[in-house]
Amino acid sequence: MVQHMGKYSIFSLIRNALAYHEGWERAWRSREPQGEYDVIIIGGGGHGLATAFYLAKEHGITNVAVIEKGWLGGGNTGRNTTIIRSNYLWDESASLYEKSLQLYESLSQELNFNIMLSQRGVLNLAHNLHDLRELERRVNANLMNGIDSEILDTKSVKNFVPIINTDPNSRYPILGASLQRRGGTARHDAVAWGFARGADERGVDIIQQCEVTAIKQSRGKVTGVETTKGLIKAKKVGVVVAGHSSELARMAGFRLPLNSYPLQALVTEPVKPVLDTVVMSNAVHVYVSQSDKGELVIGAGIDGAHGYSQRGSLHVIEGQLGALCELFPITSRLRMMRQWGGIVDTCPDASPIIGKTPVDGLFINCGWGTGGFKATPGSGWVFAHTLATGEPHALNAAFTLDRFTSGFLIDEHGAAAVAH
Amino acid sequence: MLLIPCPYCGEREESEFHQGGEAHIERPKDPNKMTDEEWADYLFFRDNRKGVYLERWVHRHGCRRWFNVARDTATNQIVAVYKMGSKPPKSITSRVTMK
Amino acid sequence: MSQSHRLSTGGSIDRETLVEFTFNGRPYKGHPGDTVASALLANGVKIVGRSFKYHRPRGIFAAGAEEPNALLQLEAGARTLPNQQATRVELYDGLSADSVNCWPGPDFDAMSFIGLFHRLTPAGFYYKTFMWPASFWKYYEHFIRHAAGLGKAPTEKDPDYYDKMNAHADVVVVGGGPSGLAATLAAARVGARVILADDQPTLGGWLLNERREIDGKPANEWIATVEAELNQMENVTVLRRTTAFGYYDHNFVGMIEQRRANVSHGGCTSRQRLWRVRAKQVVLATGAIEQPMIFADNDRPGVMLAGAVRTYVNRYGVQPGKRVCVFTNNDDAYRTALDLFDAGISVPAIIDVRSDPSGELATEAIQRDIEILDNHAITAVQGSKGVAAIEVMALNKTGDGVTGTARTISCDVICSSGGWNPAIHLHSHSGGKTVFDEERGIFLPSNTLQNETCVGAAAGIFDLARCLVDGLKAGKVAAGGAGFKKSSRSKPPSAPEEDESPARLLWVVPTTQPLGRRGKHFLDQAHDVTAADIHLAAREGYESVEHTKRYTTLGMAPDQGKTGNISGMAVLGQALGCETLGEVGTTTFRPPFTPVTLGALAGRDIGVLMDPTRMTPMHHWHDQAGCNWEDVGQWKRPWYYPKPNENMQDAVNRECLAVRNAVGILDATTLGKIDIQGPDAAEFLNRVYTNSWQNLKNGRCRYGLMLGEDGMVMDDGVTTRLSENHFFMTTTTGNSASVLEWLEEWSQTEWPEMRVYFTSVTEQYANITIAGPQARALLSEFTEDIDLDPVSFPFMSVREGTVAGVSARIFRVSFTGELTYEINVPASYGMSVWTAMMTAGDKYGITPYGTETMHVLRAEKGYIIVGQETDGTTTPQDLGMDWIVSKKKDFLGRRSFDREDNRRQDRKQLVGLLPDDHTKVIPEGSQITSSQQERPPLGSRIPMIGHVTSSYYSANMGRSFALALVKGGRKKIGEGVYVPLADGVVRAEITSPVFVDPEGAKIDG
Repeated sequence: MVQHMGKYSIFSLIRNALAYHEGWERAWRSREPQGEYDVIIIGGGGHGLATAFYLAKEHGITNVAVIEKGWLGGGNTGRNTTIIRSNYLWDESASLYEKSLQLYESLSQELNFNIMLSQRGVLNLAHNLHDLRELERRVNANLMNGIDSEILDTKSVKNFVPIINTDPNSRYPILGASLQRRGGTARHDAVAWGFARGADERGVDIIQQCEVTAIKQSRGKVTGVETTKGLIKAKKVGVVVAGHSSELARMAGFRLPLNSYPLQALVTEPVKPVLDTVVMSNAVHVYVSQSDKGELVIGAGIDGAHGYSQRGSLHVIEGQLGALCELFPITSRLRMMRQWGGIVDTCPDASPIIGKTPVDGLFINCGWGTGGFKATPGSGWVFAHTLATGEPHALNAAFTLDRFTSGFLIDEHGAAAVAH
Repeated sequence: MLLIPCPYCGEREESEFHQGGEAHIERPKDPNKMTDEEWADYLFFRDNRKGVYLERWVHRHGCRRWFNVARDTATNQIVAVYKMGSKPPKSITSRVTMK
Repeated sequence: MSQSHRLSTGGSIDRETLVEFTFNGRPYKGHPGDTVASALLANGVKIVGRSFKYHRPRGIFAAGAEEPNALLQLEAGARTLPNQQATRVELYDGLSADSVNCWPGPDFDAMSFIGLFHRLTPAGFYYKTFMWPASFWKYYEHFIRHAAGLGKAPTEKDPDYYDKMNAHADVVVVGGGPSGLAATLAAARVGARVILADDQPTLGGWLLNERREIDGKPANEWIATVEAELNQMENVTVLRRTTAFGYYDHNFVGMIEQRRANVSHGGCTSRQRLWRVRAKQVVLATGAIEQPMIFADNDRPGVMLAGAVRTYVNRYGVQPGKRVCVFTNNDDAYRTALDLFDAGISVPAIIDVRSDPSGELATEAIQRDIEILDNHAITAVQGSKGVAAIEVMALNKTGDGVTGTARTISCDVICSSGGWNPAIHLHSHSGGKTVFDEERGIFLPSNTLQNETCVGAAAGIFDLARCLVDGLKAGKVAAGGAGFKKSSRSKPPSAPEEDESPARLLWVVPTTQPLGRRGKHFLDQAHDVTAADIHLAAREGYESVEHTKRYTTLGMAPDQGKTGNISGMAVLGQALGCETLGEVGTTTFRPPFTPVTLGALAGRDIGVLMDPTRMTPMHHWHDQAGCNWEDVGQWKRPWYYPKPNENMQDAVNRECLAVRNAVGILDATTLGKIDIQGPDAAEFLNRVYTNSWQNLKNGRCRYGLMLGEDGMVMDDGVTTRLSENHFFMTTTTGNSASVLEWLEEWSQTEWPEMRVYFTSVTEQYANITIAGPQARALLSEFTEDIDLDPVSFPFMSVREGTVAGVSARIFRVSFTGELTYEINVPASYGMSVWTAMMTAGDKYGITPYGTETMHVLRAEKGYIIVGQETDGTTTPQDLGMDWIVSKKKDFLGRRSFDREDNRRQDRKQLVGLLPDDHTKVIPEGSQITSSQQERPPLGSRIPMIGHVTSSYYSANMGRSFALALVKGGRKKIGEGVYVPLADGVVRAEITSPVFVDPEGAKIDG
């Protein structure tokens, strides 16, 4: 067990306060690359950092480099709406996301970094009979998989979320909702930083401002990566670059079944607490929660056109806010304070790809679409296993790239928050 | 919101259109002769390019016609628009490796 | 106390008129033309709020959109608005405002005890604590949530409404200052359609705040001349009180217009308008934002931006203080000292961090005997609830320390100026890049992705004469870019030459102690972020600007760091030992420039207008009959028609029995209808449907399944061959649009050589469906030209003729297993035919039925509903529909059947279920297991073998039944399965999915 460089606690806070906070150590160190590693992870987002952390912690593999072209957590990890839940329909997804939720439940303590997991519940609204039927199917599947999930009728929805509009005459009235009480939110940046700190402490090299320009191969086997900071060798390379996965795959000489789209989100100015849970609606494409700072954090459906620009179209936001004002009439006077976009890599079946590629030793973890944040620890945990052993863990065995050839798809369109 | 030059109607707002994915993916003449891998490649595997990307759009709330667009997906600048069945202008093909 | 700080002359307020308002319950007076901020200052109000984190007293700091402190809860009740900047709210009579985030008020705030713990709560402290015990976080969080959050959201429904305007312009000019006005004039004079947007109620921009001359006359006169000329021009739209908040792709600019200053009543207009403007060219004349000096306790009420103080004096006739010191690193702030002095306000000293300031402005100050303390800095501010005095010391050579002894100067306001930075927010939104000018310490706009240019102060040009020239040129170039190349030669207006000496970039003003030990150097007052916080972030490895911002929350408050981000980056650069600020990088500004009301973005698309409601021609009949509605896509469909005292089940039972035993009538208008014509129509259908269409005879109907290329069922419906080259396709209600698009896609993109054409006729025809043994008798009363005999008009055929005097197309298809006529008449006749049927049908026991009964009856026959028995993972084989899948031809999706997954033996297959308990209707969506087990406890699992897709009580069978998808189900017919429910486990037997009339004996009535 590695010693914490400076354990965080109320006592260390007091001790450092007396020293004007001048004695704090770095949460992680920025390294220059060494010549060779056992494992290189391309992508310093939440998933990549979690992978490095679990490689070190669970598999004792610490000669690892995480290579990030920008800054840690600067992609979708820092751009999502921080929702966490595991109420997925199919067994394969439910097991994976549930593993992730369980890891989340003790992550602050495990990382000694408060990721502010707030299990304030996640509601999925039903607006018509078809929604209700799908909801019932998913909730029942969750219960059979041992995952907490329940159905609320309209009245209970109103009790749970007093500001919601349950007028039966509204255009899309609320007929009910599913609720996962263990769902909620976490502080997204903290997840990346906590994993970075934990990985660094266990000997992982975190290399920022380092862009991969080529994937080196010999006889179908990966040998390393060419980067803006020079050649770095490794016999195992994991690619965890979300929206840019197709670009990395092209470098390695293969294609992926992915499409990258901008996904927009926004926050309002902070107000005193009005919403104590997470509310999602597939039918009208909006999801919302209130952060601890008081901002409403609002997500939309993905933009219509492929893109890597991190800038979405205003009309998508307009549509989403129509839905929001309809669901929560009091919000019409709140104001959008900041909006942004992330680039999400969507799979045809709305499930991720975690496993081998056509290149030996090169592994990929991508395709999380709009729902990657909630999977961060679980994704890292199974990907670490895959990189360490060369084979998938039972939890990610189904999420192969060749399922698109065999047809063994895991169609989670119904469970994703937004239309793909 | 993009401003898309429909080759039949002129420039119109993005909200009138629907993007129909990558262009120039031809349906195989005899799917039954294909391997599963080849079929999967046709079905699911895409270029998904950052940079100049050839895509299809349909003017859904307009003339209902499909056409091709070459657009830089990093900047959203539209580089060329050309009709269904035509090949992209030469100035474009030099910037994109066609599959 | 009445306007104790109002100057006796000056300003553009209406001094003749008094308006009354209240702040935190106390009455005050002001004038039209005031903002709430200027009126509060005029009344000597120092403390307007408390800070977000430490609850420190705060006063008005700025005069515009950059204000970090003075956030108000404006008005109460339904029209209350949280977090309004006092500097942007125009004063009106009867206005009422309160401070946010403090209790009972800003002067004494019960939460200010939190400030006592400031040593323990540096940036990011919450990441380091509140972790043990794990279960306690929710209690900590509860406290944090209630302590955070500024103003209060309204609790009532919005009494106002919002509009949207769509506009096109040759040239959009953002900002009505000197450059913007000049650009507008130049572009408009050559005929370009120009939209000029300015966020103030009056044009003029920063000229309104200054004592400047143009063409030898006060600038106001020039503004008035320009405004008069613009008013004459039909090609110019001037939008006042309109903020361009976002600049999106392809020159799309979002603007928000305040339609009335007084928000306490509805007036006769929408409250705000969202302008969605598409421009050929955009000129950004957005001006600049002054940056403060970062010195110890620079957040005390009375510390203000130098430019803001000038604004209050010149524009509002307000003296923010009686003894005002100026603290600067540049010449411009000297203007404040001069304006204050000339207004009769005492200026004890100008503290300038530069040595020997020698420009014209300094000379003027010296001429007025204002003391200039050069190479000096403010090292401390005395007074916690307002500035009482400052301590000033000499700077050392490098500027990172102070020497000598402190001198105390008493004053009540400090004007702080660290220089002006171009407002490049919109440029940045549009994808434009920025460069850092190391010498001047400012960010300048560089490469742009759009047809856009920045002018004047937004481009780093602060000299008035040059701003005017620059504006004229940019306007002309923009008009030229938009195609207006007419030459117009107009002499640029003249303004006195300005000669300013360079600023000294100090970033953090030292004190006698190391940073963080004596006083707080605030960078972001709105979020209480200090220079020491930035150093802490850097020390802990949050080195990227984005990390620092997120770790410290710098620039994340409602003001979005307009006065703090650049200093913050500079401090970060210092902490990291960067040579230049450029090395630190820049952050991307994201929309909106100032917060935008959600209601305005939603516009009118709420309530019933949120999504169009589609209604059939018979809608009002159903409504009058008292039906309950089901939403299907955008359509409203009758769900069931309860009679008085009937519950849903009673009504459905009655409707079901009526169809099987007499005759029922259904409004099936919502089914998608596509008219398909062309010589290749049959071949086209061959390719998109799984079955064969070439051999379908004229006048005959055929059921078809449509698959995606992945082999999964996408839609189904009956298509009829009306003549050799003419087909009539029906689709499911929900998929009609997507099916049409699907057909068009294949026809246009893949098979353009095929001559086939598609037209949606869904809304052209009403579909009145009569079903049941009495259907023929009923229909025969209405038609003479169609032989209804089942031999001459067999099942799955069409006839054209007259029904109730209306030309009609009648399809003999069936979704219930009963004798059925689907009567299509022109939509406008739908209601008349329907009512005629109802009247004549009385003697046959005609019963209107809704979607629920339709679902029960079709399920009794084992007919699927796409989207209910299918979920995008279901093949025709899964549904037991091999019979409809051609083995001889290729069709869309066929190849996918050969994949490994499709050959699995344990695929879910469609079967029937009969619960042992005949009264138990299993909920749809229930999961099925193979052994009798209760639902598992959380954390353990029971394998599922399928799920219930449809489930009803059948009045015809006198029992409940269901359809289900079960793994390998067809081989399990006769076996028992279990459905664990909340109230126990239900056992059911797997059966064929066809429950009623499997031989089809009833189809001819």
